[in-house]
Amino acid sequence: MTAAVTSASHPLAKSAGSPLRFYAIWLIGIAALIILPLLFSSGGSLTSFSLIGIAIVFALSYNILLGQTGLLSFGHAVHYGLGGFAACHMMNAVVAHGWPIPLPFIPLFGGLGGLAFAMLLGWVMTKRAGTVFAMISLGIGELVASSSLILRSVFGGEAGITTDRTALPRMFGWTFGPQLQVYYLIAFWLVLSAIAMYALTRTPLGRISNAVRDNPERVQFIGYDPHVVRYLAYCFAGFFAGIAGGLAAISFEIANSAYLGAIQSGLVLFSTFIGGTAYFFGPILGAILVTYLQLGLTSLTSVWQLYFGIIFIGIVMFSPGGIAGLLMMHRPLIRAGTLGMVIPSYLLAVVPTAALACGVILTIETVARYSGGDAINLFGVAFNPQSPVTWAVAAVLVVGGFLVARLTWQRIAEAWDRAATVARDRGYLA
Amino acid sequence: MTAAIEVRAVEKRFGNVGVIRDLNLSVNRGERHAIIGPNGAGKSTTFNLISGHIRPTSGEVRLNGDVISGLRPFEINRRGLSRSFQVTNVFARMTVWENVRCAVLWATGHRYAFWKNVDSLPEVRQRTAEILDDIHLTHRRDVPAGLLTYAEQRELEIGVTIASGATVVMLDEPTAGMSNAETERAVALIRRLTEGRTLVIVEHDMSVVFGLADRISVLVYGHIIASGTPEEIRRDPKVREAYLGEEAH
Amino acid sequence: MLELIVISTLNGVLFGMLLFLLSSGLTVIFSMMGVLNFAHASFYMLGAFFGFQLTKWVGFWPALLLAPLLVGAIGMAVERYGLRNTHKHGHVAELLLTFGLAFAIEEIVSMIWGKTPLDYRVPALLDFPAFTIFSTNYPAYKLFMLAVSVTIFVVLLIVLKRTRVGLIVQAALTHPHMVGHLGHNVGRVFMVVFGVGSALAGLAGVIAGPALVTQSDMAAALGPILFVVIVFGGLGSLPGAFIASLVIGLVQTFAVALNGSLASAFGPLDPAAGPSVLTDIWNVTIAQVAPIVPYLLLVLVLIVRPVGLMGTRES
Repeated sequence: MTAAVTSASHPLAKSAGSPLRFYAIWLIGIAALIILPLLFSSGGSLTSFSLIGIAIVFALSYNILLGQTGLLSFGHAVHYGLGGFAACHMMNAVVAHGWPIPLPFIPLFGGLGGLAFAMLLGWVMTKRAGTVFAMISLGIGELVASSSLILRSVFGGEAGITTDRTALPRMFGWTFGPQLQVYYLIAFWLVLSAIAMYALTRTPLGRISNAVRDNPERVQFIGYDPHVVRYLAYCFAGFFAGIAGGLAAISFEIANSAYLGAIQSGLVLFSTFIGGTAYFFGPILGAILVTYLQLGLTSLTSVWQLYFGIIFIGIVMFSPGGIAGLLMMHRPLIRAGTLGMVIPSYLLAVVPTAALACGVILTIETVARYSGGDAINLFGVAFNPQSPVTWAVAAVLVVGGFLVARLTWQRIAEAWDRAATVARDRGYLA
Repeated sequence: MTAAIEVRAVEKRFGNVGVIRDLNLSVNRGERHAIIGPNGAGKSTTFNLISGHIRPTSGEVRLNGDVISGLRPFEINRRGLSRSFQVTNVFARMTVWENVRCAVLWATGHRYAFWKNVDSLPEVRQRTAEILDDIHLTHRRDVPAGLLTYAEQRELEIGVTIASGATVVMLDEPTAGMSNAETERAVALIRRLTEGRTLVIVEHDMSVVFGLADRISVLVYGHIIASGTPEEIRRDPKVREAYLGEEAH
Repeated sequence: MLELIVISTLNGVLFGMLLFLLSSGLTVIFSMMGVLNFAHASFYMLGAFFGFQLTKWVGFWPALLLAPLLVGAIGMAVERYGLRNTHKHGHVAELLLTFGLAFAIEEIVSMIWGKTPLDYRVPALLDFPAFTIFSTNYPAYKLFMLAVSVTIFVVLLIVLKRTRVGLIVQAALTHPHMVGHLGHNVGRVFMVVFGVGSALAGLAGVIAGPALVTQSDMAAALGPILFVVIVFGGLGSLPGAFIASLVIGLVQTFAVALNGSLASAFGPLDPAAGPSVLTDIWNVTIAQVAPIVPYLLLVLVLIVRPVGLMGTRES
């Protein structure tokens, strides 16, 4: 998806991708979505793909705020959750009243649920940007999450609201009972939402959102009210988050207060930021990675959330552009043909960095399992968390790994400088 | 004919400190008007007061006869007044092309549109290209503004300011920090781009001021002590004492 | 009724002072460095857990001194090795760093001490009723908490008014952009301020631990309220933070103590109408609403006065 970058990014005139390549990338993505379940057809992987699809829509909606408009929200799950509840209530109402609305239209009502709340409170919330907006979004998030437990008739209290997706009118004869059909429904909405959100970045509003992100003060002197821009962006983000929530409600056939909560809000922030906010495809990468890790790590370790925290802190400190930013950094080098200059230093850094990572993992697992946990199985090697040998190995890996790795990181930086200088001379880097 | 900008008895206090006192200024339509004065005289504050960046404590500002004091910056901008900043103040992560295009969008009526593809708006594209051509940055169109050289950023700043087609353009020290050659280029650019518009300019470089301005106002301690043609200002004893005298040291 | 008012006022002021112990540090750090430290409540939690652990090892009174010092040291390390390196990426990156840190600290704490509440007891020396009012025994420990909070408050006031660092902090509060121009040792001043702010949060944790619940989710529970306090009071305003702390402390304490609902005031709704949002609102007690009261106040103040009670700054 190299052409699918936001305005912010690529430096040079000759780098603009041809329209042909642009459509090819989208078509490849769509084709992959269609083919995936044919390659991995087990129930488990279908569920995983469904979750990832939902997470992608959610993360892309979050990036309308963070990446496009520069609004850091700690309460985005509010729209996701309200979308989920709206979808559940709609599904139950369709069944109860016998309305002729088939299941594939339900996510739209989820979106409207998210949009309605955004329109209602967004105006007050987006009066201010930056840190204040972040705090307000946190407060509103807590407000809605706590209120959902009080308003039992709407939110169903602790238990939530359940529904039955197969009871709705059929479309093309699909019952949407099997997970495969749900997967395709999610994939359909994923493609639709992704295209819509990408298109949004290419509209006058999308571009002015970028301007508001970069410099809200100056925007006022080219005729725009940054408050209105933030509000509109907030509404769009709420709408697409609602669609993601609606898809989740269909997938799980339930909506409960966990949908709205701080953990959900934190996860979407993690996904988006780890993936990278400066490129349209960043949040897609992030959502895939975080959901995949979430599913994979929970069975391996009880402290998987700590690993998320550490990865997130690492990204914030060392690569604020996220994974997408790291990847795209290499584009000018590839074009200039100087990528070869940095590869050796990467290879050199792999071993000590991996040793450091293993040391950190071993340390964490030792602490986590010290009082009565299982043995640690690190890539096939067993460690007893109570044995001093384990502690010594962990210490050596952490300290030694760090010292050696730091040297190799410096080499990477030097190699980078050289490669970038050459690329600049050849005119591929501004 | 009403004046393009009419400032009447404007006062601005920050706490107990009066920065601007009894400011009166009249800028005729179509003229190039320079505001000069020693450091700390309140030139930038005057710009901020007129453009709506800050509100006057008392007094009023009129644009083409309508009161604009108290309006917000974007409302004033929509009425045809555009300004630049002393410190370059563009959209750093966006390309040169995007910077100028954003500044064109409101005036071409596309406003907050979210149903139009911004790349297929012919009049926007044409106007953006013209302005890039005018400010000689066409060859840098896809470079993020933050990566431009200083002089290029200053030119972009001017481009963004005039892009909306405002009838009144206010430039805050557009040549500050430029070399002589760059300054010459910038002055030629300003002269050409403000043809047929009203220009208000704050400038320290006296050769620029006397070369460019039709009329000059001298601001000292938040008060206009003289307004007139360059010849009148040169001869004014008050000005010589308060300001030009200092320059001679 | 009078009993309820007196006791709730005492508890409310106590909770408010505790909030101020936290919000003052947060405010000063924000004013000087432009960073809203999301992990501030996590330092409070660390204080409680360190207090618990050190009390077990060396007793409460040494712990009262050591735990805040330890938390302060961690805070200084965070500033030195984390925030200072992230500064170049802007305030959003800094806020995100502290957000990630808050998340990681919660996970580490629950990894080491578990997710269940700890048995963190009031020290024996203070485990007696200070006085009996009406029929309620008011514990001495709570008076002790109040005394510590007030003492810190007074010390802070003196430091702010009388010392050189205090002057720098005050300058930062009124002219945040000028801090960068103070010249020498700004880095060290930041580190010390961050460390002291964290240590104060840690101290709040040590003394609050035995009275409230010491549990790995206590930071997540208190953090949002803390942010409400400083937005409500006006970002960067110490007097605002003080007033907001007391207001929220009192309002929430009173709300918890009140059992009334609309139904008890105006009688039950017609049962024939069936359950609806209206019946939910009609029947909910004030005590049940207590957790959302701070957030309702936040929305209210945003509508009425977006810069907060005493705020002057736009962002």
